[in-house]
Amino acid sequence: MQQRNSSCATHFETRLTKRHLISLTDLSKSEMERIFALAQEIKLGNAPPSLGGKILASCFFEPSTRTRLSFESAMLRLGGNVLGFAESQVTSAQKGESLLDSIRVIGSLADVIVLRHPKSGAARAAASVTSTPVINAGDGANEHPTQGLLDLFTMQELLGEVQGLHIALAGDLKYSRTIRSLILALRHYPIRLYLVSPPELPLPREMVQSIRQAGIKFSYHEDLFEILSKIDILYMTRRQAERSNDSLSIPYLLKKEHLDKVKPTLKIFHPLPRLAEIELAIDTTQHAAYFQQAANGLFVRQALLAMMLEG
Amino acid sequence: MHKKLSVNAIQEGTVIDHIRAGQGLQILSLLDILKEQQQITIGIHLKSRSMHFKDLIKIERLFLTEAETAEIALFSPMATVNVIRDYQVCHKYKVQLPSKIEGLFKCPNHLCIVNSEPISSCFDITASFTKVFLRCVFCGHLSSREEMVL
Repeated sequence: MQQRNSSCATHFETRLTKRHLISLTDLSKSEMERIFALAQEIKLGNAPPSLGGKILASCFFEPSTRTRLSFESAMLRLGGNVLGFAESQVTSAQKGESLLDSIRVIGSLADVIVLRHPKSGAARAAASVTSTPVINAGDGANEHPTQGLLDLFTMQELLGEVQGLHIALAGDLKYSRTIRSLILALRHYPIRLYLVSPPELPLPREMVQSIRQAGIKFSYHEDLFEILSKIDILYMTRRQAERSNDSLSIPYLLKKEHLDKVKPTLKIFHPLPRLAEIELAIDTTQHAAYFQQAANGLFVRQALLAMMLEG
Repeated sequence: MHKKLSVNAIQEGTVIDHIRAGQGLQILSLLDILKEQQQITIGIHLKSRSMHFKDLIKIERLFLTEAETAEIALFSPMATVNVIRDYQVCHKYKVQLPSKIEGLFKCPNHLCIVNSEPISSCFDITASFTKVFLRCVFCGHLSSREEMVL
């Protein structure tokens, strides 16, 4: 059982109360680091004050395993309650109700809304019609901010300092919302980026602009395997077939034999679910970080909810 | 050979000058005034000392709103507006790019929520040299003005 620790109160010097989390542009570097510090405390068994009596509305208009269950588990472990739905078929969206009308009602029933929707910008639109905090759990090909947070949290946990790292982002850079959020999380740190994708899945213009504005050095590559020996982190994504009309081939297939000449400290990340882009044999190597990455989602989301709903 | 004005002066109304060549008809469409009774004179590809070629629109008895001026700036950032009273230019100003524009354009991103929900589009506007860029405030998609559809 987690101990309630009064030292967690110091993390609430940074208030996120009544704020939406739609994009990682909504958080400063210091706010992210406060969330990570609290997440680490929680992971060590020091729970923040209870959220008893608070309700989280879990509104998933798109399928999810990790994110939905992670948020719901986080809220329940904090002493709060959960209501909601896991698919749009059971909602009045089937009767033609607009998303915004649904959010107006849901906002009056809960203390926080966690929203996943197939359309980009849905979370921002939802936040415009309710004062109840909205957490974007993934909107189309736009962003997945809590994934970006847990990705960066895990990078720091495994490699210490993020600054100076060489990080490759590989796969579907065009439609992957986790890539977008991760770039926005990393923009605060002096790193080297390798953008690895087939020509039909390039990183969108606005994200390239974000990287430039952050002063981060980057390069484009089509061949993942030519840069493997140079990098500290490989972040792989699957092709987001549900958002494009492109063919279904998997951009890169990473096999255990490809890791013969990589740095011993290389860590491989993936937001999951994976298809065949990472061979199963890699799971048991020291390079595989993706399951630890997924597990950290619980602690990061607990920290975020505690900071948003405290008081 | 005598130099002659291509366009006559108006008594009262608005002259939109220094319109980017070829954009005059687009701006007329934008202002949606063709159904009104005002006399409109338009010059296309007129010679210009500052721009080589320009378009120009004269509209009798019509004065632009701030919103209309902002929309003109999106298509012709260098345009100037002359307010005419009693055949005289009583006020002249350059159009200013707005920082935001709502409801005018569709979002080019087919995945954007504004294309499937009853939500007005909204874009943050930036300019780099003479190129205008619009970023959807909802989905973040960045487009040049030329890529936008009304």
